[in-house]
Amino acid sequence: MFFNSLLTNFAALEVGQHLYWQIGNIRLHGQVFLTSWILLGALLVFISLGTKKMENDPKGLQNLLEFLWDYIRDLARTQIGEKVYRDWMPFIGTLFLFVFVSNWGGALIPWRLIKLPSGELGAPTADINTTIALALLVSLSYFYAGLSNKGWRYFEYYVHPTPIMLPFKILEDFTKPLSLSFRLFGNILADELVVGVLVFLVPLILPIPVMFLGLFTSAIQALIFATLAAYYIGEAVEEHH
Amino acid sequence: MLAFNFFGATEGGLFDINATLPLMAIQVVALTYILNSLFFKPVGNVVEKREKFVSNNIIEAKNKLSEVKKLEADLLTQLQSARTEAQRIVSEAENESDKLYKEALELANNEANASKEKARLEIESQTSAARDQLSKQADDLSELIVNRLILEK
Repeated sequence: MFFNSLLTNFAALEVGQHLYWQIGNIRLHGQVFLTSWILLGALLVFISLGTKKMENDPKGLQNLLEFLWDYIRDLARTQIGEKVYRDWMPFIGTLFLFVFVSNWGGALIPWRLIKLPSGELGAPTADINTTIALALLVSLSYFYAGLSNKGWRYFEYYVHPTPIMLPFKILEDFTKPLSLSFRLFGNILADELVVGVLVFLVPLILPIPVMFLGLFTSAIQALIFATLAAYYIGEAVEEHH
Repeated sequence: MLAFNFFGATEGGLFDINATLPLMAIQVVALTYILNSLFFKPVGNVVEKREKFVSNNIIEAKNKLSEVKKLEADLLTQLQSARTEAQRIVSEAENESDKLYKEALELANNEANASKEKARLEIESQTSAARDQLSKQADDLSELIVNRLILEK
């Protein structure tokens, strides 16, 4: 009896429901785009405000943006290496910012107050399409990085210490995007679900520590995603001796 | 009714993969270009310009410091040589004055000796002259005494 009512309660969370947009023959998850546009719009406004009047002695927002830039540069440089990190810094930084803004936006903004005809607004990264898109972009990037830097010699990497590694390295090309996408998707969705269930069951005080935990997880996931993406690119451009 | 439609095949579900995926990928790629021109390039320029400025200043300051040290050492050697030169001049002057003093002393001594000798000679000649005169007077006197005695007889 209790179990049944719990399931009905879960139903109120509308797991796996989407706001469908139909454009011609293709169907889109509208809620993902809506939240991502709002969050990215906010990000771009924030960045354009901070970079509007750049000075040699940074003040206010410019300070924060420079700190962010420095943080991303350090991340890219340590993972990719001194030689080519410059080319990939914007991509790594964009991944970090996109995932971070999506995660935090999903956790901080009370989207549930906005009623949609179907589905509900939430972190764009809690949708498997988004995380797979990001992970596939990372896969394409490291292939491109390896091929453009080393040409066909990139494939030496697959037999790198010994040819025995070949099947494992090929398998890695599939596990990398899989683990990237599912890690992010699972963490963010789980966080949303836990907070949602707790809010539903005990609306006061109790969900707050879990919400803080969610913010922490969100930031960590953004860092992990960007670091791993940079690491894969670094691995692809690394010279073996 | 079970709302947990995880693997809902046709409509909805958590793993409902559709055109959202490629469109999201395109959106992220576009975002990369936008952020590159709006954020990474301008902020990078400013930060790197400043880093260059700071490192240039540090290099310049280091150069100036080494220059100062070189000048200091230069001045120190100059001071050292000036000091020895001064010492040399002082000792030279001392020697010179010593020599001059000795010369003057010798000259004065010689002069004194000469005048002493001259005085002695004069005294001697005067003494002998006086003695001669005295003996002549004595002779005269004795002659006179003799004459008188002879005449009285």
